Amino acid sequence: MALSVLVLMRERNLFAAVVLFGIYSFLMATVLVALDAVDVAMTEAAVGAGISTVLLLGALLLCKSEEAKPAHRPWLPLTVAISTGALLVYGAFGLPDFSDPQAPIHRHVAPRYMQNEVDVPNVVTAVLASFRGYDTLGETTVVFTAGAGIIALLRRRKKVIVEHEGNP
Amino acid sequence: MMHDLVLRVVAKLLIPFILLFALYVQFHGDFGPGGGFQAGTIFAAGIIFYGLIFGVDHTRSVVPDCVVETMLAAGVLIYAGVGVAGLLLGGNYLDYFVLDHNPVHGQHRGIFWVEIGVFVTVAGVMLKIFYMFASRGRTEE
Amino acid sequence: MLEHFSYIITVFLMMAGLFIVIARGNLIKKMIGLSVFQTSVYLLYIAPGKLLGGTAPILAKQFTTYSNPLPHVLILTAIVVGVATLALGLALAVRIREAYGTIEEDEILTLNHTVEAAEAQHAEARGGS
Repeated sequence: MALSVLVLMRERNLFAAVVLFGIYSFLMATVLVALDAVDVAMTEAAVGAGISTVLLLGALLLCKSEEAKPAHRPWLPLTVAISTGALLVYGAFGLPDFSDPQAPIHRHVAPRYMQNEVDVPNVVTAVLASFRGYDTLGETTVVFTAGAGIIALLRRRKKVIVEHEGNP
Repeated sequence: MMHDLVLRVVAKLLIPFILLFALYVQFHGDFGPGGGFQAGTIFAAGIIFYGLIFGVDHTRSVVPDCVVETMLAAGVLIYAGVGVAGLLLGGNYLDYFVLDHNPVHGQHRGIFWVEIGVFVTVAGVMLKIFYMFASRGRTEE
Repeated sequence: MLEHFSYIITVFLMMAGLFIVIARGNLIKKMIGLSVFQTSVYLLYIAPGKLLGGTAPILAKQFTTYSNPLPHVLILTAIVVGVATLALGLALAVRIREAYGTIEEDEILTLNHTVEAAEAQHAEARGGS
């Protein structure tokens, strides 16, 4: 896991290309496997490395594929990012240790889920569909709405071209 | 890319297995890793793969637009319908215990249908997004 | 230090994403940055749920410790919703490109300014005549 995270850290410097983002997603999927989240890793591999790469490439095809030179020097964003990061790291030291069985996350509702009331061995499925059914209904609706929004945005119009350039 | 023999052959070999694997992930989701979200994305990825190699027009003839659009809405309706079914059978909304005489079986049935709903929506949305971007690219050129 | 290594990685990725979003003017680059930020959030949720020596939360007789399933569920849905919203953002970028001919933020802003100035001038001229 440490190795793949190190590779991930190297990967972040090369964010110029979409393909690198795909590689990054795939590495993230392997990290997730190392963290025992097999369901999530499966989805991340299919979505991150597969579908979103295709989508980004498609969007790049529609737009110009080279980026303009940045107009500003990136010092201000860099400062903002580093200071926020430092603050967050400082805050992170107050969080429970990695893999601490006494951490609140393991003591609150997880034991109840683990009792397997619904007799489905894969607890992720059970929680997803049964315990948190409303949640998942909402998520499904969000996905549906996003799809509908994309249809609305990208559907071919009947040649109504609105000119935004200054009309005299 | 359309005329690359290696790609076509490999794709022909792989795509049935990708689709089969998606269905396996869907229906085996109770026992192994899997479920509607994963299966939906894998299924869509398989079909997008097909679309990349054989062209979008071929894909459209295999999985037409109207089917995809129906899938989009049908999934949410299946999910909500499970909730309504629970309501009609005397339980609360999205309460699966009443779907069968045996509460545990009722849970199984509820989870099954809900996962199907999720699968259909997710696969539909992913495919629709792909079609939208792909057909946009066509008109630009 | 080692106990908080996962958090530090998460924060690092998060800030990388934030930096891309703030510093880059290209809209598609911004979407990539947003996705990097999003993946860091996946890590933020998943990492605390891991128990060393535990297995994936699929119940079987021979295992007793499992990682926490709840974050997995939350992130599972978040990934799919994330790709849907990413696609929505890209669709918006494509439309912006069609309307303005560019996806650089600065150029869009200057275009907007020139259009506004032209409109103001136009209105003034019409009011004066």
